[in-house]
Amino acid sequence: MAGVIAQLKRRAVVRDMLANRQGLTVISGLGSPTYDVAAVADHERNFYLWGAMGGAVAMGLGLALARPDLDVLVVTGDGEMLMGMGSLATVGVKAPANLAILVLDNGRYGETGMQQSHTSTACDLCAIARACGIKDSWQVSTAAELRRIRDDFQRNGSVRFLQAKVADDQPGRVMPTRDAVANKLRFRRAVDAESAPSNAKP
Amino acid sequence: MTDSNWQDSVFEAIKAGGIDLVGYVPDAGHAALIEKSIRDADIVDVALTSEEEGVALCAGAWLGGRRTLLLMQSSGVGNCINMLSLQRIARTPMVIIVTMRGEYAEFNPWQVPMGSTTERALQLCDFQVQRVDQAEAAAETVAAAIDMAYAGDVAIAVLLSQKMLGRKKWQE
Repeated sequence: MAGVIAQLKRRAVVRDMLANRQGLTVISGLGSPTYDVAAVADHERNFYLWGAMGGAVAMGLGLALARPDLDVLVVTGDGEMLMGMGSLATVGVKAPANLAILVLDNGRYGETGMQQSHTSTACDLCAIARACGIKDSWQVSTAAELRRIRDDFQRNGSVRFLQAKVADDQPGRVMPTRDAVANKLRFRRAVDAESAPSNAKP
Repeated sequence: MTDSNWQDSVFEAIKAGGIDLVGYVPDAGHAALIEKSIRDADIVDVALTSEEEGVALCAGAWLGGRRTLLLMQSSGVGNCINMLSLQRIARTPMVIIVTMRGEYAEFNPWQVPMGSTTERALQLCDFQVQRVDQAEAAAETVAAAIDMAYAGDVAIAVLLSQKMLGRKKWQE
């Protein structure tokens, strides 16, 4: 449509972020982000949350601190991020260089009937992340903006936060395993958790 | 045995058990353990805004292969309930040391509702609960909890009784 800037599509954003992922490890927040990550491709370095709302970033932080040798990407939504907002403050304090957080912000609660979330009106998650000390925080709402910052967002070297304003479309559910024990065991094997070196404070 | 002695022994048990990541919400009863964890070069110490963050933090660290410990007050147990879904469904090992409030010589009645619910809440969440009333037993109980949790992906809470911890001394 003339004059209308095409909104970002959540699946396209995630596909873009997971292209050529190599050793990247991914924690996905419950609901649509878990379906989005699964829709790109199931992977032994994915851990899918189907509950524990508000825990995705804290879980990614634990993995990032445990394993400075791994790249960690948390993919979650605005509703999940709002519930775990305190964890952004904790991330800002610890600031692991190998952690990146992607929030797919459609301003809605997709699992429960597309009710508005706080980000659709007053709340600015990117500003909150920056105020928590995550200096490399971006908000994008177009493909051009995403392209401009993508390399910086994906570059291991400082903790990063990206709020992608996406359309409130609802692509079909792609359901990965709900068996968290199987998912845990597969993930731990993939990253060689049993023989991981215990390393000193960063 | 003096206060500092049992806390030294608990820290030794944590080190001997291979704990290398400690999450905590600041607490007077845990102050010595927290300080020792911060000073220890081989322990990653993480101050949390809420105890539930610690549940997810520990699960994530275990995915990467670390052994973790959470320190909280009894009120914090209430903050963890839904997040413990993650520990229960994924069966990640978890060790929590809880300093009890609201059960003995408590000056603040607001601590009673959660303090009196803590042990049952943990049991409802499938935790094995070990209560410590004697300072001399603290270190061995913590050592046993770590062994059991990491031998079989079990969740264990060690409750340090308020009677053992002593009456609250106001921090200057």
